Amino acid sequence: MQINKNIAISDSGFIFNPSSGDSFSANAVGLEIIRLFKDGKSKEDVINTITENYAVDASTFEKDINDFIQMLSSYQLIQNHE
Amino acid sequence: MSNKKNITVAVTGLNNIDSPGPGIPVIRALKESEFYNVRIIGLSYETLEPGIYMHDLVDKTYQIPMPSAGTTVLLERLRYINEQENIDVIIPNFDAELHNFIKLKNTLKTELDIETFLPTLEQFESRHKSVLFEFGEKNEVRVPYAKMIFNANEIHQLKDEFTYPLVIKGKYYDASIAATPEQAINYFYKISAKWGLPIIVQEFVSGNEVNVTAIGDGNGNCIGAVPMRKLYITDKGKAWAGISLDDEELIKITNRVIGNSKWRGGCELEFIKTNDNKYYLLEMNPRFPAWVYLAVGCGQNHPDALVKMALGEKVEPFKSYENGKLFIRYSFDQIVNLSEFEKISTLGEL
Repeated sequence: MQINKNIAISDSGFIFNPSSGDSFSANAVGLEIIRLFKDGKSKEDVINTITENYAVDASTFEKDINDFIQMLSSYQLIQNHE
Repeated sequence: MSNKKNITVAVTGLNNIDSPGPGIPVIRALKESEFYNVRIIGLSYETLEPGIYMHDLVDKTYQIPMPSAGTTVLLERLRYINEQENIDVIIPNFDAELHNFIKLKNTLKTELDIETFLPTLEQFESRHKSVLFEFGEKNEVRVPYAKMIFNANEIHQLKDEFTYPLVIKGKYYDASIAATPEQAINYFYKISAKWGLPIIVQEFVSGNEVNVTAIGDGNGNCIGAVPMRKLYITDKGKAWAGISLDDEELIKITNRVIGNSKWRGGCELEFIKTNDNKYYLLEMNPRFPAWVYLAVGCGQNHPDALVKMALGEKVEPFKSYENGKLFIRYSFDQIVNLSEFEKISTLGEL
């Protein structure tokens, strides 16, 4: 999983795709997940990090992150989405 | 003291309305010229074109005859205007007037010493909607398959060449998507009643619209190109807000089209980008778009480059532009004294 390289992500959670002109707002957790992907972390790494830091169990979060990845893919923000 | 050269540039397209002409954006660009102090002469067709009254941008305006009046009366009027103003360059900004200006360009140069920077008549004709498919084949750019028809009965015979939905387009303006032959016939009559024949039937391509404002030097070099996606569209389909894009493929295609066609002057290329990242050219407009000032905001002053080339100077291609810049239009009520309206209405100049 890789966030497309030209995607701009600001500290406020504002995300800009300069290829399509689309922009999005992510909340704090969404921003954290996107940053982890941008740093090259795998889905499993992200699940481990988030479940360690937040009160959420792995099975619930896995479902949520799959939805989130699906959304990032439909907005053309990620590549290599398997 | 400024080292900029004083010049006088005449500009049309002062109709800065909800479906705006490019005149005012072009003038704003010229007022920010790196090389010239520009006195602007507005050339108007109607007395309520807002640019006539924008005295901070337009120094003096003269009415000119409608394009349908032909080249003789236009030349006569330009002779008079030039006697008063000593014009260096004219930038026409309407599709409908370009034919006359292209035909007059040699006379303007030799008789009045006025420069232009326009496409040749062949280039101008080659990108007409009715022959755009051939233009695409010649310039190696995808264009949706299209065919001209002259009679509504021909729509029933299209089933071997087209699938529905398809697009019914007027020769100069207007387009509607038809889902059935009945709808297509309906649009045929509506659009032909307004814009005449032929009607263009075009393959429907689904995707996002992306546009490019560009300028060619006439020798096969693309001097500048900035791509934009519309973010807010008026009910007339015009961009009210847009954003500059980072799109290498689109720049590559633009360079190819401008290069192969040896395009001379400003232009706007309108594309559809499909979901599988293919680009289809929908239209090539033979002049700057009304959003050309976005290019200035992104670091490429295309109107300034055009004036420089018109005056015979060499211009190096722009190498970069800033992506993620937005333009957002607004409307603005000007208060105008009746005496000004009276002057332009009765004397034809203000």
